[in-house]
Amino acid sequence: MPTTNDCWRYSIPIKVIKPGLATSVQDLGRRGYYHVGVPPSGALDQFSLLAANLLVGNSSDAAALECAYMGPELHFTESTVVAATGADIELQINGQAQPAWTSVVVAPGDVVTFGYLKRGARMCLAVAGGIDVPEVLGSRSTYTLGALGGHEGRVLQAGDELAIGPVRGKVATRTVPLALRPDLPSELEIRVVMGLYDHLLTDLGRQTFLATSWTLTPVADRVGFRYKGAQLDMVEREQPFGAGSDPSNIVDAPYPIGSIQIPGAVEPIVLHRDAVSGGGYAMIATVISADMDAIAQSAPGSTTRFVAVDLYAALAARAERAERISRLRGHFG
Amino acid sequence: MSTAGTTSARYSWGGDEHLFVEMDEAMSLEAYFRSMAVVTALRERRPEGVIDICPANASYQVRFDPDVLAPDRLEALLREIEAQVGDATDFEFETRIVEIPVLYGDPWTHETLMRFRDRHQDPEATDLEYAARINGFDDVQGFIDAHSGAPWMASMVGFVAGLPFLYQMVSRDRQLEVPKYVRPRTDTPALTIGHGGCFGCIYSVRGAGGYQMFGITPTPIYDPRQELPDFKDFVCFFEPGDIVKFEPIDRERYDELRGEVEQGRISIRRKPVTFNLKQFTANPDAYNKRLLEILNSD
Repeated sequence: MPTTNDCWRYSIPIKVIKPGLATSVQDLGRRGYYHVGVPPSGALDQFSLLAANLLVGNSSDAAALECAYMGPELHFTESTVVAATGADIELQINGQAQPAWTSVVVAPGDVVTFGYLKRGARMCLAVAGGIDVPEVLGSRSTYTLGALGGHEGRVLQAGDELAIGPVRGKVATRTVPLALRPDLPSELEIRVVMGLYDHLLTDLGRQTFLATSWTLTPVADRVGFRYKGAQLDMVEREQPFGAGSDPSNIVDAPYPIGSIQIPGAVEPIVLHRDAVSGGGYAMIATVISADMDAIAQSAPGSTTRFVAVDLYAALAARAERAERISRLRGHFG
Repeated sequence: MSTAGTTSARYSWGGDEHLFVEMDEAMSLEAYFRSMAVVTALRERRPEGVIDICPANASYQVRFDPDVLAPDRLEALLREIEAQVGDATDFEFETRIVEIPVLYGDPWTHETLMRFRDRHQDPEATDLEYAARINGFDDVQGFIDAHSGAPWMASMVGFVAGLPFLYQMVSRDRQLEVPKYVRPRTDTPALTIGHGGCFGCIYSVRGAGGYQMFGITPTPIYDPRQELPDFKDFVCFFEPGDIVKFEPIDRERYDELRGEVEQGRISIRRKPVTFNLKQFTANPDAYNKRLLEILNSD
């Protein structure tokens, strides 16, 4: 980290009073290290991260706090601007409700807390200047399994102190129009590209996978989201050498981000941005990139149907998402 | 995706950001080498838009940005490289042979395996005793001799950061095979030497795991704070293609090496080597012997 002008670093503007359930520093994520098992990490809901950063006048690669299910309690010692996006959960300053998806001024001594989660699963709290932790392998994102990046490689704890990066210019109060905020449904339709090892499913197994309304279990974190709902019928075959004895076992292979594996042919797991990078469970489909934010906002108990689309539909959905992002950017000039 | 008629590899899209290529369903050094040969050529030609190139045991994956690199173009390039590589019998690559000291049957994995006996195929035996029995060895020592006798190739690095999957460089009839635990453990000590299916591994960090546990190494293989000398340049020690020799050690040596870790001066012993599949296949035992001579030369 270059530290040519450190004067703003002497103060610690944010003190963590309560950490929340799983609060971590995240940015857009890192690239280029997945081949040695270091996943991209970064905010699971990338659209909400971008919106939060735009609201407080940050560049899109600034780091923010990602908070799952239950927000932290933070004490600010300096005046700044914050914005909360993502899940529907009330942002409060000194106990007073604040508008969502809107930049809000914080004064020295203010305490930021959150209400109860109403919809969605993860909120993103951006602070003008960005959360200033050292970049590790090109990103400030926390990868907790590897104790890498973020604040000491882990989720926040009570007593932690966070620095803020330098702010460029004055931040005006702004808001994200309702039309640009994501839906946070409790019944989801998630588009997937079938493939990888889906030939290990019988026709019945494939039909069951696409027809079942899957319920998200509480095993849903930055690594992966585990669902329950049905047993999938698999092809009987002689297992290839090195694959292991269960019909859902394969010779350990790389796992795409968003891939859906089916250990024991039951309870599919969607891998997210802290994915384990490879292993010996057959994957049968991959969530398209445009729907990964929606996975991030699905809460345990919500139901999901997986809808098969082809690569070209996935690319069209990706283009639509890019268009939505450019409208968001356009809104902020 | 369909498989092309002229080649044996299977191409499949992992959503809109990954192309997965399986060289073979079964594990073999030949399949691994074809994957490594393609990956090596792709790294040299790395087109704009490629994010991660991940070689694995008998497959590989490319993560890419379809806004920069059209999926059809990437697939055409990979098929072209695959055709050039062919069966890869002439492929050779520069790598290194590294020595990993192992305290087999150590107290830490023993304590852990005893805690999870209800998840094991054979609750009455230790993982080493079980593995020795089902692989036809008279005793645990015979199994350890086989495990530490011939080198292993890190055919894939991942699962979690820096964890090597290891395939022993012996013919298929001499491969050591054990099933994974019936149900995965919720805990595995860091630096455990594990084994599942035909693959060995070294757990880089503490965490859940399903592989049988045979011992522990004192030398870190992952250092996210980059404090030890081996990690000055990068947080992970292992790269796909590394060759590993397990060296049995006793408790006294283990403690000595842990002391070096605590003083921040331990360094993994390694030597550069060129690996040539054709020469290896012609006489694996003689080739391995030469590799070990290089490792032990000063």
